[in-house]
Amino acid sequence: MAIIETKGLTYTYPGATKPAIRDVSLTIEKGEFVILTGPSGCGKTTLCRCFNGLIPHFYAGQLEGELTVAGLKLTEHPIYEMAQRVGLVFQNPENQLFALSVEKDVAFGLENLGVPRDEIRKQVDWALQITGIEELRERAPHELSGGQQQRVAIACVLAMQPGVMVFDEPTSFLDPLGAQKIFEVINDLSKKLSVTVILVEHRLDLASKYADHVVIMDEGKIVLNGKPREIFNSETARLIGVGIPKATLLWQLLQENGIRLEGVPTSSEEAARLLREVLKT
Amino acid sequence: MSVFEGFRFRHVSSPIHRRDPRVKFLYVLVMFIAAVMFNELPVLLVLFFLQVPFVLVAGVQRQWLRSLRGAMFLVTFLFVFNLFFGYISPGTVPGGVSPLEYAFSMSLRFLVLVESFSVFFLTTSPDHLSLALEQSRVPYEFTFAFTTAVRFVPVLAEEAQTIMDAQKARGLELEKGNFMKRVRNYIPILIPLIVSAIRRSLELAEAMESRGWGAAKKRTNLYVLKIREADLMLIIISAILLATAVYVRYFVTIPSITMILSK
Amino acid sequence: MIEVKNVHFTYPRGEPGVEALKGVSLNIRNGEFVAIMGQNGAGKTTLVKQFNGLLKPTKGEVLVDSVSTRDISIAQLARKVGFVFQNPDHQLFSETVEEEIAFGLRNFGFKENTLKRRVTWALNLLDLAEYRKTSPFMLSGGERKRVALASVLAWNPKVVILDEPTIGQDHRQKEILRQFIVQLNAQGKTVVIVTHDVEFVAECGPRVVLMAQGQIVADGDARKILTDPGVALRASIVPPQVTQIFLGLTDLGLPTDVIDVEEAKKVLLEHLEGDKR
Repeated sequence: MAIIETKGLTYTYPGATKPAIRDVSLTIEKGEFVILTGPSGCGKTTLCRCFNGLIPHFYAGQLEGELTVAGLKLTEHPIYEMAQRVGLVFQNPENQLFALSVEKDVAFGLENLGVPRDEIRKQVDWALQITGIEELRERAPHELSGGQQQRVAIACVLAMQPGVMVFDEPTSFLDPLGAQKIFEVINDLSKKLSVTVILVEHRLDLASKYADHVVIMDEGKIVLNGKPREIFNSETARLIGVGIPKATLLWQLLQENGIRLEGVPTSSEEAARLLREVLKT
Repeated sequence: MSVFEGFRFRHVSSPIHRRDPRVKFLYVLVMFIAAVMFNELPVLLVLFFLQVPFVLVAGVQRQWLRSLRGAMFLVTFLFVFNLFFGYISPGTVPGGVSPLEYAFSMSLRFLVLVESFSVFFLTTSPDHLSLALEQSRVPYEFTFAFTTAVRFVPVLAEEAQTIMDAQKARGLELEKGNFMKRVRNYIPILIPLIVSAIRRSLELAEAMESRGWGAAKKRTNLYVLKIREADLMLIIISAILLATAVYVRYFVTIPSITMILSK
Repeated sequence: MIEVKNVHFTYPRGEPGVEALKGVSLNIRNGEFVAIMGQNGAGKTTLVKQFNGLLKPTKGEVLVDSVSTRDISIAQLARKVGFVFQNPDHQLFSETVEEEIAFGLRNFGFKENTLKRRVTWALNLLDLAEYRKTSPFMLSGGERKRVALASVLAWNPKVVILDEPTIGQDHRQKEILRQFIVQLNAQGKTVVIVTHDVEFVAECGPRVVLMAQGQIVADGDARKILTDPGVALRASIVPPQVTQIFLGLTDLGLPTDVIDVEEAKKVLLEHLEGDKR
């Protein structure tokens, strides 16, 4: 069942000469883990802002086409209604945390919705537990590391229990170890809570092993859309200049030299496994 | 900057820290009114020393003393100013009071005002403060603006430092040149700071909207302030103080130190 | 060129007793290409800020071109040691890109004619000629990064320090940056990059100085350090993807010091050929 459906979505920022996204038609099924990637300026961030209603309600500009998220038509509902179904975690952890303690920040969304206090308490405790940051409960956001801040930001969005969570380059400011931890948290949300995940990322080496659906954009249009292995393996991906996982690159090189592996790997563990099969013989 | 040290909250706990900020503010207000009502040095001395037990119980002596030191500059100025005018135009000084005593009173009064606020801010954390604002029927937009501002003060301070470093690394020498040049030297620091602040507010606004800002007419709250017995005691103390002050003002003649000494 | 002698450093407003640098010693020769690596918080940026005098050691000494950083001003050091900060928006303030690039040159007292030439040179070097009269705030993120870089290279410092140059860059931009940095070094500049991007370093192959908790835990060849799992553990870094593949195949007798995809292909092909015989 499709949870997000767009048809011919086109958007131009106010004062821009050309559209940031053009004729985007995309279907995302409930429970999928989608990776959205592409070169800088391809429109991925713009598309993310469409998913939760920031476009067109927060950013003016021209929007054409249709977008339905969890049964709601984008243009017909204000952001605060969309926000209950689609959560958005941004790139910079610092600028998503406003309160003076982690607890209060996580409660922020629920307070806005007018949820009764005991409910808020329960949801906050739950969100802190799932993201593994219970011990940070009373800390001030400024005292936390980037990775911790980002986990708080995730908890803040998670507390509202949206069915879909969109992450716009959440690991940009983190080191690889911090990035891995965030991907694990996101993966947990996907597998344990059946949240539909849309992850915008450049670091495909680290993230692609979690995805079951990959969308590549370039210059505002969707260029590739399908299963990770097909996409990363395609010539188009290489031409666009996306950072294809090294494991897949290796597979391609071996393929060119006549070495066949039992499948296309996207992670180093997979590649090691497949190579083992071939090397043992 | 040591005067600001006297206002910064520390993560300590004491019976004073735990009091409801609204009640503490009431107490400070009463102190304020009482101080304004009196010119007389003996009364002002009493008011000043009345703060000391609170300071000691709260354990914030060092910071409080530091803020006293910081305020000394203005206090000395007030003292000299009032002393000067006290001698020049004797009409300003009330009868039976020497200009010296008058100067002391005026500067002490200022100190009492400053110090009562100091105790308040030293024992009230910003989140308690914002909670108090929220629950005092202040529109949420203002409380939010306040809290967010406090939250970002350390961030902006760090950013200002980084920007200064970045420009120094391009050869900017802040201390060089005449006054005009020195003022202009700060442009490469202010502009990135302002631009960054604007960008930051945009991102914050996006995040706020994305978490349901404006969804419900009546916001609920994770925490709630409760008035406890100790708070009631503080309210009673404040009421007694105010009543005593009014009584003394209207029914008691306070001798000035000058008169006491000349007897 | 840069000598770091047993430097200890504590931030003045930091927690007392917590040293950000605990006895760091290091020598960087003229023309070297060094990558200072480690987790966020390991002390990398604290260390490089000692090179241009923004920070002075609490104990120990830093010599740049045989002069102690305590003996000359930051401006004088900056003339020799250019520092490109992570976030270009912390530097950009001028009305045009041209003005922005001229800023450093003016501060260092370059004469108008030379200044004009250097600005044009820097614009061309970073492919920014078309934006000469554009406001830097109108440019995209990647373009602003280039302006910041151009404004530092304009005064031709002997040493260029780049703090986390790969953050927020897509694959193609990283590739262009990599080539640019390698070329810069080839032209004789001493290049120091501070980064946690292991893949980027694996592709550049510089000398790696690995830090953890305020100390240097490894210093040497990129290949040796990045493929050593023990070292990686101590410094909490993740080895390159290709290395990880080989680390999972050690029991089959394969080498583990592979960091490049092309290399990996060769090694695997040789191994398979060898098996066949």
